[in-house]
Amino acid sequence: MKKYNLDESFIYKFDNEKAIVTKSVNVFYGDHQSIFNVNLAFPRFSITALIGSSGSGKSTFLRSLNRMNDSIANVDGNIMYRDVDINDKKVNVYEVRKQIGMVFQRPNPFAKTIRDNITFALKKHGIKDKEELNERVESSLKEAALWDEVKDKLDKSALSLSGGQAQRLCIARTIAMKPDILLLDEPASALDPISTAKIEETLKNLKSKYTIIIVTHNMQQASRVSDYTAFFHSGHVLEFDKTAKIFTTPKIQATEDYISGNFG
Amino acid sequence: MNPKTTNKIAIGLIYTFVAIVVAILISLIGYILVTGVPHISWHFLTSKSQSFLSGGGIRDQLFNSIYLLFLTLCLSFPIALGSGIYLAEYAPKNWITEVIRTTIEVLSSLPSVVVGLFCYLLFVVQMHIGFSILSGAIALTFFNLPLLTRNIENSLRSVSHLQREAGLSLGLSQWKTITGIILPAAVPGIITGIILSAGRVFGEAAALIYTAGQSASIIDYTNWNIFSSSSFLNPMRPAETLAVHIWKVNSEGITPDANLVSSGSSAVLIILILLFNLLAHWIGNRLYRKMTSNF
Repeated sequence: MKKYNLDESFIYKFDNEKAIVTKSVNVFYGDHQSIFNVNLAFPRFSITALIGSSGSGKSTFLRSLNRMNDSIANVDGNIMYRDVDINDKKVNVYEVRKQIGMVFQRPNPFAKTIRDNITFALKKHGIKDKEELNERVESSLKEAALWDEVKDKLDKSALSLSGGQAQRLCIARTIAMKPDILLLDEPASALDPISTAKIEETLKNLKSKYTIIIVTHNMQQASRVSDYTAFFHSGHVLEFDKTAKIFTTPKIQATEDYISGNFG
Repeated sequence: MNPKTTNKIAIGLIYTFVAIVVAILISLIGYILVTGVPHISWHFLTSKSQSFLSGGGIRDQLFNSIYLLFLTLCLSFPIALGSGIYLAEYAPKNWITEVIRTTIEVLSSLPSVVVGLFCYLLFVVQMHIGFSILSGAIALTFFNLPLLTRNIENSLRSVSHLQREAGLSLGLSQWKTITGIILPAAVPGIITGIILSAGRVFGEAAALIYTAGQSASIIDYTNWNIFSSSSFLNPMRPAETLAVHIWKVNSEGITPDANLVSSGSSAVLIILILLFNLLAHWIGNRLYRKMTSNF
C-alpha cells in the first residue's frame, strides 16, 4: 500500500450554519488509536458523505457522533451540537440519540408489527396519544417513501418486508423520533440496485428537514447524493470539501488516487 | 477410497446411529404405554392410593406432581430470568463472571441425592419446614436454576446484536431495549428451557424422597384455604409425587396390584410430560405472537 503523508490535509471551512462540529476527536479501542484529531463542521440541511477504504475509521467516527461507541471505544475531544458538548459523560445520552438518529448497514427491524416498529420507541419516550402516534406512523412512512407499499399491512410483522423495505422502515422509525440529524452507516450496502436507488431518492427528499451524514463505500453513491464529502484514510480526514470539487479537482494525492481507483 | 464410497459409508453409519436412538426411544415409551395404559381408568386417576388393598389410584400423586411443578417454577423462573439477563446483557467479561458460569455448570451436574440430602438437613430439619411441598420445590429449584439460567442466557444471546443497537440508537435505555425488544424475541428459546426443566421436575424422585416426603396425607380438594393443613393448596403439607410413588410402589409396595399401579403411574407420568410439552409450546407460541406479532 502506498504511503501517504497523513499530516497533509485540506479541510475547507464553510460559512453555512453548522449542525454538528467536532473538535480534535480521537478514538481509541483499548490502546489502539483508530481516529486521529478529526475537526469537521457539518453544514445544516445537507448531505455529507464520509468515504474511504475499509478500516479507514469512517464508521467508527460516525458512531461517535451519537455516542454509539460508548462501552466499545474511548472517544476523546469535543462534539458540539447546539452549543453543548455531547461527548461529555454528563450529557443525557438517550436525549442525544433522540436528536441524532442512526440507521445501520444491515436492516434491523424489530420482530414486531410495522406500526409497532415505529411507535415502540415513541411510546417509551412518553407519547401515549393514539392520534399523535398514528400521525407519526403515517408521516414518517411517507417521508421514507414506504407508505404506499405498507399502508394496508401496518399490523403485519415487519419481518415480512424485503430488505429494501425493511431499511426504509428503519429510516422511518428513526425520523418518527423527529431527530435533527440522521446518521447512516452504509445504509444501502446490503441492498439491490433498485432498493438502493429508492433509498437515495428518499435521502434527497429528507435533506430539506434533516442534516444527513452518510458513510458509504460506493463512490457513485457519494457523488450522486451528497453535497459535501469527507475523505478518510487511516483514521485521518485528509480532505473535506464540496462533493463536486472532491470528485473533479481533489487537492490531496490520496483522495485523487482513491476516487480514481488507484488505491493501495 | 473414492469420495462417493466414503460419503455412502458415513451416511450409512449416521442412519444406523439414528435408528438405534429412535429404536431405544420407541421401545421404551412403547413398553411403558403398552403395559401401563390398560390400567388407566377414571377410577385410577380420581381415587386415592391404597397401602394394603388393591384398587388404589393416583389422584393425590398426580395433583402433587403438577402443584410441585407450579411452585418450583414460581420460585426458580424469576431468579433464573434475573440472572440470565445479567449474564447475557450486563455481566462484564472477567474472571468473576467466568467463575459464576462455572459454578452454575457444576450446580447442574450435582447428583440429585446429594442435593436432596442437603435440602433435607438445611430446610426440613434445621429450618423446621418439615417434609413439605415447599421443601421439595426448594430442592428442585436447585436443579432448575442452572438449567433455566443457562437457557435464558443463551436465548437472549442468540438475539442479534443489531436489535440491541437499533433499540439504543432510538434513545432507549439498555433496560427498555432488553425488556421490550430482546426478551420478546427470545421467548421461544425460554419456553424450551421451561419444558426441559419441567421434565426434570416431573421425573425427579431421589431428591424429593428427603424433602417432599413419601406420605400421601389426607387432603381435601374442596378446602381452598391455603393455610389449612388439610387443604390441597397448602404448601407445607408432605406430598408424594408420581415419580416418588412409582419408586415406592416398586420397592416396598405390598398391595396385590403393585405392578399394575406402577405401570399405570409410569404411563400417566409420560402422558403428563407430553401434555405439558404441548401446552407449553402452545402458550409459548401465543405469547410470542402477541409480543412480536410474528405470524
